[in-house]
Amino acid sequence: MAIWLTKDSKVIVQGMTGSEGSKHTRRMLAAGTNVVGGVNPRKAGTTVDFDGTELPVFASVADAMKDTGADVTVIFVPPQFTKGAVIEAIDAEIPLAVVITEGVPVHDTAAFWAYNVAKGERTRVIGPNCPGIASPGASNAGIIPADITGTGRIGLVSKSGTLTYQMMYELRDIGFSTCVGIGGDPIIGTTHIDALAAFEADPDTDAIVMIGEIGGDAEERAAEFIKANVTKPVVGYIAGFTAPPGKTMGHAGAIISGSAGTADAKKAALEAVGVKVGKTPTETAKLMREIMSAG
Amino acid sequence: MDLYEYQGRDLFERHGLPVLAGGVATTPEEARAIAERLGGRVVVKAQVKVGGRGKAGGVKLAEGAEETVARATDILGLDIKGHTVHKVMITVTADVADEYYFSYLLDRANRTFLCIASVAGGMDIEQVAAETPEKVVKAPIDAVKGVDEAKAREIVEAAGFPADVADQVVEVAVGLWRAFVAEDATLVEVNPLAKTKDGKLLLLDAKVSLDENAGFRHPDHEALVDQATVDPLEQAAKEKDLNYVKLDGEVGIIGNGAGLVMSTLDVVAYAGERHGNVKPANFLDIGGGASAAVMANGLEIVLSDPSVKSVFVNVFGGITACDAVANGIVQALGLLEERGERVTKPLVVRLDGNNAEAGRAILDGANNPLIERVDTMDGAAERAAELAAAGV
Repeated sequence: MAIWLTKDSKVIVQGMTGSEGSKHTRRMLAAGTNVVGGVNPRKAGTTVDFDGTELPVFASVADAMKDTGADVTVIFVPPQFTKGAVIEAIDAEIPLAVVITEGVPVHDTAAFWAYNVAKGERTRVIGPNCPGIASPGASNAGIIPADITGTGRIGLVSKSGTLTYQMMYELRDIGFSTCVGIGGDPIIGTTHIDALAAFEADPDTDAIVMIGEIGGDAEERAAEFIKANVTKPVVGYIAGFTAPPGKTMGHAGAIISGSAGTADAKKAALEAVGVKVGKTPTETAKLMREIMSAG
Repeated sequence: MDLYEYQGRDLFERHGLPVLAGGVATTPEEARAIAERLGGRVVVKAQVKVGGRGKAGGVKLAEGAEETVARATDILGLDIKGHTVHKVMITVTADVADEYYFSYLLDRANRTFLCIASVAGGMDIEQVAAETPEKVVKAPIDAVKGVDEAKAREIVEAAGFPADVADQVVEVAVGLWRAFVAEDATLVEVNPLAKTKDGKLLLLDAKVSLDENAGFRHPDHEALVDQATVDPLEQAAKEKDLNYVKLDGEVGIIGNGAGLVMSTLDVVAYAGERHGNVKPANFLDIGGGASAAVMANGLEIVLSDPSVKSVFVNVFGGITACDAVANGIVQALGLLEERGERVTKPLVVRLDGNNAEAGRAILDGANNPLIERVDTMDGAAERAAELAAAGV
């Protein structure tokens, strides 16, 4: 078991025929993901060969689901078309949509999220601007390298891609149940809290690493949630202690506005509810290692 | 991207919202021309992206062209909280009877937009919210439904705007929402939204932030960037499609992935506490690819910063293999030499992840005395800080 993505997940790719989409479809297949097709209305009815695996291209997410029973879509379409692609996935009521695309206008994200809420949130949206979700040894939906670590009992939720990889690598001998990259944009579908709740409920997760960064107050709200709802040990890491106010640090959402969104405030909020916060990624991994070896 | 007040004023005007007639000047002579065009009493306002202009002497009234020139001369070049005034906005004045507050902004926590409205305007809204929360209305806005007349009226009633301006506030609320969406703004703030003595509503200030991710829909937004205040290194980096932010420190930073680079800055700053208090000199995310050409461009930018004394290249090979990154670094140094740049600053390189062993072997094999390999992030940060402290 794992959260949201298991070995039974059937994955389709929106934008499979594009350069990023095809590159990562090949990687996902190599990682053992059950990729069952792609979506591109202009190439519907054709197939694409991925090192011997013939994948059909469908006109729409709904068609692909009907034909293959797909329950996960990974979206690689360019920013201009992302809103349309996500709304199509929501309309089809696919259970999980992973939006990898970086550079999506925030009005578009706000619009597809409002649309999802109005439709009753039948689709879990992860991202945008995220590396995706990986349940090592079971399935991999997105661009997280599959060979960093194997199956284990740590759950990981992170705003950052490379910090996710770094943490998986540091703790590769222990392994992970599921690693979720929720993305670094100001508005994202799945939050730290959603992942914390899912890991808390997951019988195959014993402890949780939560990686945050400057901007917004998602980490502070996660701290409140942990206090009230999470019994499993949580270790935290926050990036951006030395980031100057008012500057966007790579991720569109990583910006300190006035006195809000600082790393110090996030760290303090987490520590106040008993979460150990590492000073560096390595120290954070060490804190988790201590928990896993004690348990 | 945050706009200057005058750019916000222009934007409001373009969207048919009521603003004061005015113009922007970079010299006293330009100020004179605007004052002559406007006639009578004007207000001269420093254009800086920081609050507290009034207290700093950056907002002055003037009667006629001569006085306008004098006030503009006073204000241009003024330093307001570290921001030099390069431009002044000159507008006609208004007889203000009452001041309100109105804004739309991104509400990250609720994954939507928020309207904040108050009849207590003209002061810091956060202070109003803290002291008299009953005077501040926060209304979530559905990103799909937006703000129509009914929604606007709901907000106006909740905020308790007086009956004599209610219809005008509704109109402004709808118009401002249209501008907010049409321009892909993440913030439009009007403080004060003023009622004049003859009962007209005016947007007297403009604080606007635009979403850079939406640039593809707004080719005109590029022209709003104030080149005079852009750091030349940041400009050079932007031209090479690099995600670079200049900071005040001595250790140049190059890494892949925004989170990892942010983390690298922190780790270097901690190490710096033990080594002459050196700090990271920049943020530079070269992204997933990390080819030799991209690495060369990145190194060139970082090394051209005269305050940089050492460089820390911190790469975790995820999709990118470390051997490719290592080749990139070695070739990049060669490329720089070909471009006639003499590289003399030491590079501390940490490679981990995919094909790390092969990458490290390539670095060792290059036998370049400037490249020093340290295999942990914390250790490499320590060494880079130490080298920077020695080079200061």
